[in-house]
Amino acid sequence: MRAILAIALRSAWNRRGTLALVGLSVALSTFLLLGVERLRSDVRENFSQSVSGTDLIVGARSGPMQLLLYAVFRVGGATNNVRIDSLEAIAKHRAVAWMVPLSLGDSHRSHPVLATTPGYFEHFRYGDKQALALAQGRPFSGDLEGLYEVVLGAEVAGQLGYRLGDRLTLSHGGGGMPGAEHVDKPFSVVGILQRTGTPVDRTLHISLQAMEAIHLDWVAGVPLPGTKISAEQARAADLDPKQVTAALVGLKNRAAVFAVQRAVAEFEGEPLMAVLPGVALDELWDVVGAGERALLAMSAMVAVVSLVGLVAVVLAGLNERRRELAVLRAVGAAPRHVLLMLAAEGALVTLLGVLLGVLAVAAAVVALAPWLQSSYGITMTSSAPTAPQWGLLAAVLTAGFLASLVPGWRAYRLSLADGLSPRD
Amino acid sequence: MIELNALRYRWPGASHDCLDIDALRVAAGRTLFLHGPSGGGKSTLLGLLAGVLLPSAGTVSLLGTNWATLSGARRDAFRADHVGYIFQQFNLLPYLSVLDNVLLPCRFSGLRRQRAAAAAGSPQAAAGALLQRVGLSEALWTRRAATLSVGQQQRVAAARALIGQPELVIADEPTSALDSALRDSFMALLLQQCRDVGSTLVFVSHDERLAALFDHSLSLPQINRATQAAAA
Repeated sequence: MRAILAIALRSAWNRRGTLALVGLSVALSTFLLLGVERLRSDVRENFSQSVSGTDLIVGARSGPMQLLLYAVFRVGGATNNVRIDSLEAIAKHRAVAWMVPLSLGDSHRSHPVLATTPGYFEHFRYGDKQALALAQGRPFSGDLEGLYEVVLGAEVAGQLGYRLGDRLTLSHGGGGMPGAEHVDKPFSVVGILQRTGTPVDRTLHISLQAMEAIHLDWVAGVPLPGTKISAEQARAADLDPKQVTAALVGLKNRAAVFAVQRAVAEFEGEPLMAVLPGVALDELWDVVGAGERALLAMSAMVAVVSLVGLVAVVLAGLNERRRELAVLRAVGAAPRHVLLMLAAEGALVTLLGVLLGVLAVAAAVVALAPWLQSSYGITMTSSAPTAPQWGLLAAVLTAGFLASLVPGWRAYRLSLADGLSPRD
Repeated sequence: MIELNALRYRWPGASHDCLDIDALRVAAGRTLFLHGPSGGGKSTLLGLLAGVLLPSAGTVSLLGTNWATLSGARRDAFRADHVGYIFQQFNLLPYLSVLDNVLLPCRFSGLRRQRAAAAAGSPQAAAGALLQRVGLSEALWTRRAATLSVGQQQRVAAARALIGQPELVIADEPTSALDSALRDSFMALLLQQCRDVGSTLVFVSHDERLAALFDHSLSLPQINRATQAAAA
């Protein structure tokens, strides 16, 4: 038993060039399968960590997913705005504990800018109902004195190298348009948030009044020709916001969530809706799920193709090895030894391929995590495989071992038929 | 030692018997030259003697044991213990060293491992001693078998067939790939070693000039009634 395995190892090493290529294809398919599964579970984990403690998100009537994606994840296009007096009316509902209005649309070097109230830092929760905490400084004051104050998410500060007291200017819209920069009204950094692993890390936070101030001399997305309102003049203007993008709502009692949702939907002033973040997320996973399954299915197909390749290569080599098998029979090896030898070869290649694939995924996570974090706000950390990931690995290994029995069985038959005189 | 009785063998799917031999006996320690043309069933007979093939009818016995009474796994173990085999060529596993090739039977047979160890202290020492005797210097022992010349490879194959003193050594045209000078030295070596070890040698070749070197000489077409029937 050990004798034949040692010989199998030497024989495989003798053909290491071809086998390495096959092993590489197994590694690649493992990488795909595991990578897709990791990305899928990490994205879900990230999304579900991004908002907690918010019972409802109120916005203009559109799709629940669109509202959730834009208000919480800063993904996708802006929805219609909501009038601030509508929100004030809803805030008066007796079940509502707090309401934080959000206004989105501007950016700073492709990081989203969120205008809100100081209440945001008090009420917003992520992960397991954790509150936002400041690593340095303080929240923006929310009054005229601190009009041009900005609080940075951890990723913004880390990536762009900002410190407390630094000054920066915001871009209109997504940025990139020449002249669409609010250069005349620079902001100073007063606070930097601790890392949360959510889209908050990529966001710059300013007050709603500041958002009004930088757009005083703008109309429909372009600077109003001939008018120039300086940063100081703006303080004297009416800076109370008239409309915002959406609002986060917390309830005194979660049981009232459907009553409040209905009240929002039936609001007469303008068409509004309220979505439950958890429900909207589930809807999102329903939509994304089909794509995920398709990706996983494709990866599984790649794995099957790589294992078919493995079987084909070992089988193709078998004909040239009939002499080798006859020599083994002559020195006392049984046909079952020959089966074991061929099966062990395929199993070994599969095992090494899978190991290489796992290492490649780990390396890719380390290499790509900063980019994923800054571009998509998705946090990936190196971690041991989860149960479904172990399941995938076990499936590839099992399939590989079973596939290896094919050349093993063929060699067994050949060895029985050839005996000591291979007819080649 | 070797006993064939009323042996008939027909390849699966063939319409005629390949072998039909009334009786054949070889005593222990003797050398037998078996002569016959190519395609005359020589390799089939050797397969039957080595227990890789079983007769369609009749019996083949080695050391008093009828191969047919053993299970497949027992036949493989019995062959590993008692039979050394030399092919026409390509005897060696090209990826193993010369020494590891000689030691192959010891990997599959505990008996031959013990005998080799008893003879020289350890199987490795026994393999080394055999390689010395067939004229392969120590510098070659760790080389990959594939790097050796054909003549050297055949001598390694002889050392492998002899390690652990198997009762029977079967050689299937082992000299046909060698030129005449190499052939003569190989024959002398093989016969001498078999006598030293006390192994019975069954040697097959189409080269009748070698017959004089053996205790007995037989012509396969003469004892094989299947070829006589085909000729008639």
